[in-house]
Amino acid sequence: MADKKWMPRWFYQLASPRWCYDITGKLLPIFAVAAVLLLVTGTVWALMFAPADYQQGNSFRIIYIHVPSAILAQSCYMMMAVAGAIGLIWKMKVADMVAKSCAPIGATIAILALATGAIWGKPTWGSWWVWDARLTSMLILLFLYFGVMALNSAIESEQTAAQATAVLALVGLVNIPIIKYSVDWWNTLHQPATFTLTEKPAMPPEMWIPLLVMVIGFYCFFAVAMMLRLRNEIVRRERRSSWVRELISG
Amino acid sequence: MSFESFAEFIDMGGHGLYVWLSYAIALGVVVINIVNPLMQKRQIFTEQARRLRREKQNP
Repeated sequence: MADKKWMPRWFYQLASPRWCYDITGKLLPIFAVAAVLLLVTGTVWALMFAPADYQQGNSFRIIYIHVPSAILAQSCYMMMAVAGAIGLIWKMKVADMVAKSCAPIGATIAILALATGAIWGKPTWGSWWVWDARLTSMLILLFLYFGVMALNSAIESEQTAAQATAVLALVGLVNIPIIKYSVDWWNTLHQPATFTLTEKPAMPPEMWIPLLVMVIGFYCFFAVAMMLRLRNEIVRRERRSSWVRELISG
Repeated sequence: MSFESFAEFIDMGGHGLYVWLSYAIALGVVVINIVNPLMQKRQIFTEQARRLRREKQNP
């Protein structure tokens, strides 16, 4: 990095594994408390207080898991791809570690979105699965996560693995707008987006406020899971540095 | 409250199995994503501590 002036200071701090280890250590408890509060509140609200849907009855309550997990699975993928790109361009080790940490979390979240979708589909559409554009593109998202994880474990050199997975993640990024617009581009059983930035939700506040609580709760949970994995990765890869030696023996 | 009784709450208007199964899987996913990295952390720290001890004994 020849010219350091054109990037803000925090960008270079982020590049320091030690700085990241310290700051995540401070942020972790905050996000953990937030995640517990939001998810417990959201779940109680969703299961007991939100009204039942006039068509779907109580099976509608699955939305409070399904929508947050589907949103998070895509956000996590975007984060993985962006972190991978930063690692590719600036050779930032921490960015590679972030990208690597995203994959297993994203995979489990994508499984959750698909599983709850199937469980919801059974009473609503009469089928666990249909080969519809939205469902298929979500399945591809899961396979992309698996691909990234497989590449990471197949390549011995950390740096080569990071580069290869970053390229795969970036290529797979085309799937994200396909997931988003699949309900508009193709005929589908799947209902359109619940939350959009430009329009009011199509459901009453008693239904969407708990959903929003769950979405934010899921993001906080993701932050916790992410930081836990990132810190492990930092310790493992920086094990030869003096500060990690002190951390381990101290 | 959307339910009159506890039995009604469990039954979810006949959709109990679907609703509870969804929430159970969600709980499982959350627990895995917290427990797995914590176990990994313990493993990394014991392994590295052992390595450091070895290095101290035969430098």
